Amino acid sequence: MTFAVFSAFWSHWHRHPGQFATLLLGLALATALWSAVQAINGHARHSYAEAANLLTPRAQLHVTARSGGMIPLDDYVALRRAGWRLSPVLEGRTRLGDGFVTILGVDMFTYPFLPEGLTSSETAPAPLELLRPPGVGFAHPHTIARLGLDTDGLQLIPSTRIPVGIVFADIAIADRRLRADGNLSRLVLPPRQPMTRPALSKIAPNLTLVAPDGGPDTDVEPLTDSFHLNLTAFGLLSFAVGLFIVQGMIGLALEQRRILVRSLRVMGLTARHVTLALLTELMGLAVLAGLAGLLLGYVIATLLLPDVTTTLRGLYNTDIGGTLALRPGWVASGLAMAVMGTTLAGAHAVWRMHNLPIAGIAGTEGWAQTPRQTIRWQAVVGTALLGAGLVVLWAFDGLLAGFGFMAGFLIGAALLLPLCLDGTVRLGARLAVKPVPQWVWADMRGQLSGLSTALMALLLAVATNIGVGTMVSSFRLTFTNWLDQRLASELYVTARDDVQGAQVEIWLAERVQAVLPVQFARTELEGQPIRVYGIVDHETYRDHWPLLDHMPRVWRMLADGQAALINEQLARRLNVGPGDPVRFGRDLRLPVAGVYSDYGNPFGQAILSQALLLSHFPDTPRRQFGVRIPPDDVPMIVSALRARFDLPSDGVIDQAAIKTRSLRVFETTFVVTGALNLLTLGVAGFAILTALLTLWTMRLPALAPVWAMGLTRAHLARLELLRSVGLAALTVVLALPLGLVLAWALLAIVNVEAFGWQLPMFLFPADWLRLGLLSVLAGALAALWPTLKLTRIPPADLVKVFSNER
Amino acid sequence: MNVKVWAALFLLILPGGLTAQGFAGLGTKAEGFALPDPAHIFDFPADHGAHPDYRLEWWYLTANLQGIDGRAYGVQWTLFRSALAPEAGTGWSSPQIWLAHAALTTPEAHFVDERLSRGGVGVAGVTATPFRAWMDHWSMTSDATEGDALDSLALRADGPGFAYDLKLIADGPLIFHGDAGFSVKSREGQASHYYSQPFYRLSGLITFDDTRVAVTGTAWLDREWSSQPLAADQSGWDWFALRFDTGDKMMVFRLRDTEDGYRSGTWISADGTTATLSHNQIRMTPLDHVHIAARQIPVRWTVTVPSRDVHVTVAALNPHSWMDTSIPYWEGPVTLSGSHPGHGYLEMTGY
Repeated sequence: MTFAVFSAFWSHWHRHPGQFATLLLGLALATALWSAVQAINGHARHSYAEAANLLTPRAQLHVTARSGGMIPLDDYVALRRAGWRLSPVLEGRTRLGDGFVTILGVDMFTYPFLPEGLTSSETAPAPLELLRPPGVGFAHPHTIARLGLDTDGLQLIPSTRIPVGIVFADIAIADRRLRADGNLSRLVLPPRQPMTRPALSKIAPNLTLVAPDGGPDTDVEPLTDSFHLNLTAFGLLSFAVGLFIVQGMIGLALEQRRILVRSLRVMGLTARHVTLALLTELMGLAVLAGLAGLLLGYVIATLLLPDVTTTLRGLYNTDIGGTLALRPGWVASGLAMAVMGTTLAGAHAVWRMHNLPIAGIAGTEGWAQTPRQTIRWQAVVGTALLGAGLVVLWAFDGLLAGFGFMAGFLIGAALLLPLCLDGTVRLGARLAVKPVPQWVWADMRGQLSGLSTALMALLLAVATNIGVGTMVSSFRLTFTNWLDQRLASELYVTARDDVQGAQVEIWLAERVQAVLPVQFARTELEGQPIRVYGIVDHETYRDHWPLLDHMPRVWRMLADGQAALINEQLARRLNVGPGDPVRFGRDLRLPVAGVYSDYGNPFGQAILSQALLLSHFPDTPRRQFGVRIPPDDVPMIVSALRARFDLPSDGVIDQAAIKTRSLRVFETTFVVTGALNLLTLGVAGFAILTALLTLWTMRLPALAPVWAMGLTRAHLARLELLRSVGLAALTVVLALPLGLVLAWALLAIVNVEAFGWQLPMFLFPADWLRLGLLSVLAGALAALWPTLKLTRIPPADLVKVFSNER
Repeated sequence: MNVKVWAALFLLILPGGLTAQGFAGLGTKAEGFALPDPAHIFDFPADHGAHPDYRLEWWYLTANLQGIDGRAYGVQWTLFRSALAPEAGTGWSSPQIWLAHAALTTPEAHFVDERLSRGGVGVAGVTATPFRAWMDHWSMTSDATEGDALDSLALRADGPGFAYDLKLIADGPLIFHGDAGFSVKSREGQASHYYSQPFYRLSGLITFDDTRVAVTGTAWLDREWSSQPLAADQSGWDWFALRFDTGDKMMVFRLRDTEDGYRSGTWISADGTTATLSHNQIRMTPLDHVHIAARQIPVRWTVTVPSRDVHVTVAALNPHSWMDTSIPYWEGPVTLSGSHPGHGYLEMTGY
């Protein structure tokens, strides 16, 4: 019996292979976008965890220099000879072959966190090779591929245990490559320590013991987290858009099987039995489509991954690997999403089937003519969701609240769409005088209910595009202006050490307009780890520095050491502004004189006068300088500097190069966003197409009488196209305000939470126009096929309508 | 991979091949390294210091202690030097690897710690004048104002759960094993330079868990360096440093191989005169074994030297004196009964 039921259900798909394919494709697309994002996120998290374990083992204490600089070798030796069991680590970024890498140098004899299997393979180098030049390093195959063949003699052994972007080597090799002269980055404390040991402050007062998870530079997790949350939100949005297709398709398929279901019920099958069979069928489809979606998602993720990798490297200096691994959790979550989505999308239709009155009238009108009640009901739910979104925004803080607001607002608005469209069309109908326009409007209204889910998808896609587009463009504009202000110096020079720094400074002072030292120390501000910079009193800062808010005489107060500047992130985190006092470290209290914007920097930052910084942090390194010179002199000074000093390869950078680099990072950051945007729009276009196609068969009874009254097929087709385009255009117009709300939420809420800065919103009407045209084009394209079918339909088919239809 | 395994690898996979030969790779060929020379004339204090052109070297001190609580204890302080290349080198790329072991044995417990560093940066090393051997804060420092530098030493080490701080005074001469310090280790001629100072009397403090005990006792320092001390087929050794109540002392060892092994030793009279004991003069037979770390370790022995009328039973103070270090071995204090009562130290490797 069960088999008979299933084969009866299956016969429907057999007769409507297109419907079957659309349903599968819609669900697969939805799952694919979601899974792609999840695959990228999962992969990135895995990479972070690996890198974190290797670079800064989270559960491990370590010793660093108070100033944030290097640890002298003598301090390390003194500590060990006082009984401290320590393992030295030297870490630094350097050019190697065709790219930059982080060289992580450890004492291979004592490092407690050696990745497993490095030295046990057959290709393991002899110990002597590990510590003698030219040396051997271990790196991920992707890193090796990126660096190319010429790595200055350093032999690189591929190991997937090493995170991408890192070359793992013995400290002897790292010391040479980084020219560290024996100096160290940090000292790791293995858990086994002797019974007693003297206090750190007695042996090396300039060093400090850092608890696990400390230090601003090691902790990129919250930032990368917000980046991935952004991706997740996009994945979810794409999934939602995809579900609109699925919902429409399931609804249609079930409605078309009404008669079948009724027949089965009449034959004695219980409602329970039928419902179970339907649900089983749906779940089977969900799993099938889910698997296809996973496959597709994997492909999409593979295509997007390089951009994500570049973004993360640029933004947060974290590297993630280049190859996706198939994780069981990912497969499970993808399938679960597919099954859950199908259940969600099919619930309503299955429920209606469950409660189908056996004695009801057979017909096809049920689905196509959604009663007025549905529109009202959707509007009520939509309004409630809008309200809920606002409540979330008002009641909660944080990134999730921001996304909660956006989700409520978007879905609420989408549910209100049918009501708006209905109202507009009714208004149109009232204004129409001639019979053909009157028919067009009336027919449009009849079509509305069938198209409404697809149009909701379009609304969401367009609104998202406008929102994200506005956010990115506003950000770019602000960022470019800000770069111009912030990077006022024409040239930036970084010396190898303080000795060279002093020489460079003296040399430059005789040749340029001004040398502005860039000095910073690491400390805490109200308990937050920050970098504090010391600047000299100079017009470069007074004229250009991008202050968001400040007290009068801000620069005078700063120069006199009476006040500090803090960046926007910090001001927001601490909820302080100009005039409020803040506490640096333990003993320095100063009022905030101004708040400056600091885009692209994830961490808190403050500025003091140079004299004040040095009086509190006397060991602050002085090796970085901003140089003011006439722009035309830049090339000459650069080559003279290079000729005179042995500076690091990236030790001299001109303003233009930094700007280009920063903007490149910026652009790649939003490549993924752009790609997801376009995919979402594509899915929405597909939704319209499927909706029109499914309406097609039902449209014939409506078109045939009009045709019979004398309108040609070509005329009808034109009207058909016009209607689709009109509805798409109407949706786009309605999407515009929604998109702007979304943009506002992204700029004023999500950005603040994710990055700590608020951005001014700029409007880009030209972009909207382009997007509107694109969406209308998508609508037109989707309508093209049904329209073509209409122009070519044999008149006999239209005549048949009168004999077949009831 | 933990440090231990890695360190062991370093010591095992010495240059010249991946296959370890003999215990801890000690049977590996000595390419490029200096070889022990029978004609070598010891030059002190220089020879108390390091010989970086040889592959292996150690400063190996064991002590039998008597606490004021009436109990017996043992202490070990060892500094190994293992060179990856025959040169001293400076900075991080120095090929001289230093490994130190410290242990404190009580009848019930055995405390061990191990420390590792490369040479070249000053964390570990040995200087001949003034004599000082150190790893981190573990040290063996000469405070002799006259006579040999090793005549008076301060010795300290600590680790998780234990510490010791001892003062050692020698009341006898240095002892040279084999042929005037050229100690042959196999029939194929593998050898080392090997001398000892077995005449130490000591006093000081030991600490373990939360107990501090004042101790007195005797100690024995071995100095040995070589580049290939084992033959390829030799798998380990059993080494006895025995101090009889008569004042006489005896060092005997057996290098185990696939056959009868290679035995040798030195008889040290109370006045410091020595006589070499050859293979056939020495017999050693395991009596009881204990199961430690998946191995059967003999912790009670009969040692017989008929030519000296020695027939003693050697029993471990603590049978579980297992050195759970990167290269694990057994090392602990022993007591002697039979013809010559006394005490001493036993070292067993390669089980």
